Amino acid sequence: MIKNKAKLYWKENIRYVLILMFIWFIVSFGAGIIFKDALNEFKMGGFKLGFWFAQQGSMYVFVILIFVYVHLMNKLDKKYGYDE
Amino acid sequence: MVMMNSFLVAGIGVQNWTYILVGITFTLYIGIAIWSRAGSTKEFYVAGGGVSPLANGMATAADWMSAASFISMAGIISFSGYDGAVYLMGWTGGYVLLALLLAPYLRKFGKFTVPDFIGDRYYSNAARLVGVICALIVSFTYVAGQMRGVGLVFSRFLEVDINTGVIIGMIIVLFYAVLGGMKGITYTQVAQYCVLIFAFMVPAIFISIQMTGNPIPQLGFGSQLADGSGTYLLDKLDGLSTDLGFAEYTEGSKSLIDIFAITLALMVGTAGLPHVIVRFFTVKRVKDARKSAGIALLLIAILYTTAPAVAVFARTNMIETVSNKPYSTMPEWFKKWETTGLITFTDKNNDGLIQYVANKDKNELVVDNDIMVLANPEIAKLPDWVIALVAAGALAAALSTAAGLLLVISASVSHDLIKKMINPKISDKNELVAARLSAVVAVCVAGYFGINPPGFVAATVALAFGLAAASFFPAIILGIFYKKMNKEGAISGMVIGILSMLFYMTKFKFGWFGGGTQADWWFGISPEGFGTVAMVLNFVVSIVIMKFTPEPPKSVQDLVENIRIPSNAGEATH
Repeated sequence: MIKNKAKLYWKENIRYVLILMFIWFIVSFGAGIIFKDALNEFKMGGFKLGFWFAQQGSMYVFVILIFVYVHLMNKLDKKYGYDE
Repeated sequence: MVMMNSFLVAGIGVQNWTYILVGITFTLYIGIAIWSRAGSTKEFYVAGGGVSPLANGMATAADWMSAASFISMAGIISFSGYDGAVYLMGWTGGYVLLALLLAPYLRKFGKFTVPDFIGDRYYSNAARLVGVICALIVSFTYVAGQMRGVGLVFSRFLEVDINTGVIIGMIIVLFYAVLGGMKGITYTQVAQYCVLIFAFMVPAIFISIQMTGNPIPQLGFGSQLADGSGTYLLDKLDGLSTDLGFAEYTEGSKSLIDIFAITLALMVGTAGLPHVIVRFFTVKRVKDARKSAGIALLLIAILYTTAPAVAVFARTNMIETVSNKPYSTMPEWFKKWETTGLITFTDKNNDGLIQYVANKDKNELVVDNDIMVLANPEIAKLPDWVIALVAAGALAAALSTAAGLLLVISASVSHDLIKKMINPKISDKNELVAARLSAVVAVCVAGYFGINPPGFVAATVALAFGLAAASFFPAIILGIFYKKMNKEGAISGMVIGILSMLFYMTKFKFGWFGGGTQADWWFGISPEGFGTVAMVLNFVVSIVIMKFTPEPPKSVQDLVENIRIPSNAGEATH
């Protein structure tokens, strides 16, 4: 029973990690590198969009991703009684 | 009000301001070190394990942001435009990996060092030894660069000899690293974060207002110029760059695959650096480890999102100040930096004007990456105290990182080598003495490299990231996420990963194994980006070897299940 609980907890954790890592990849390697030239066709103020993602946007998203993970995991810990 | 103040005290001069600000900050660091000196190995290695997430976040940020981040990065971006994004994304994206994949589990594991984890998880002293060797190589490479940064700042701003500067820096670091250990380092790093971020932001905000009227640099460099022309700053810089024959600033010139590989290698390398990882051993609970990773990245991102703005401001200002202007009318800062050899001008066509162009045969001006941040306030004619503040900030950045690295070195020797491998019966008190002695030796070695920098320092910084990416990262990830990973797999993966990285670096950087040029790069990937390939190789080798060798013992598999659960983290122990 305890083992089962730990397994379910781990599974949910992995799901969160995969979703957040997907976003991590899309904003940096996607928007900032692979699709940079396509995005550069669009402008946001004085920024070409691909350039902005590479030198600004990706970093903002990174910070948000970690805090979202902190929030999700604190909730998950509570749900499984692993919080302290 | 601020401008008023600076006007009133304008008479003091840059050099005296520098003495005042550097003096105040150094006194502060030493005061903190005396107040927070370590009394046990636990305090020395992990600050007693009770650091709050906010303090740990600030300390991690200062630890991470080195002379390279503070002094060199904006300059590198300034000269490489879009391509500079590899450092911005690489050195911040790694924290996402740290927070999601490493920090919480390593905290739960609850030991003192990274080789500790490798040795216990892979139930083998051979694995531990590989870990120690990697930790030492990575940390020594880094620390030499920091000492050089300290010397540079002293020589330019206080006009002392560069070697004297290195020695002053050594004494300061020695004092608080040896006395305070991790505890002293943590709280001085908190102070150093405040100094360095203030010193980086003040000139950036001033210049942003000057050039675009927008006080937020992150928005300023995407705004229109303050001269009312309606031109966007970036469009102007793209135009200036192409006029002089350079690539468009916002486009860059590296290949897509190389940008991809370097960014990934830096991210993964960041997450595998021992001096960053150990910071997460100092907090109380697993949830604190996650939270402090978030705080650290937030604090780091303040500087990292400002750096590309500073790069654009500095580049535009510099081109406008020097391009096609008579050498005789150059301002004082130009002459001062010339004496350090970091700006060189040779009037090839003897017309008395400075030709700054992409064409190497016609170009007459060489500007070192490293001076863009340091000279920026002078180029923009900011008040003296701001210029002095930048010097104090650069010193804070270099010293905080140096101290963190020295701690990793001393812990690797006193804890992983002496306590865990050579003399397990050593008492806590003697281990503490050993830790302090190894810190002293490490400072002296670092100082030696700072005074006599080996030619390969610049080349080996990339090697440090590549090594961390190729060795620690896969071994730790597999150790947490793959219960069946065994010692045979992990050790062969680490060894193959490191060796392939060393092979590629020495082949293309030092010309060993037949050497080679850019045209010979495998898949068009530079040595800086090869860490990515070596990391993949490590993963593949580890998994293949594991399939043909025995499973890890039950106790180790239980350990893995245990570190996945955050509760009952307990305190860091031997």
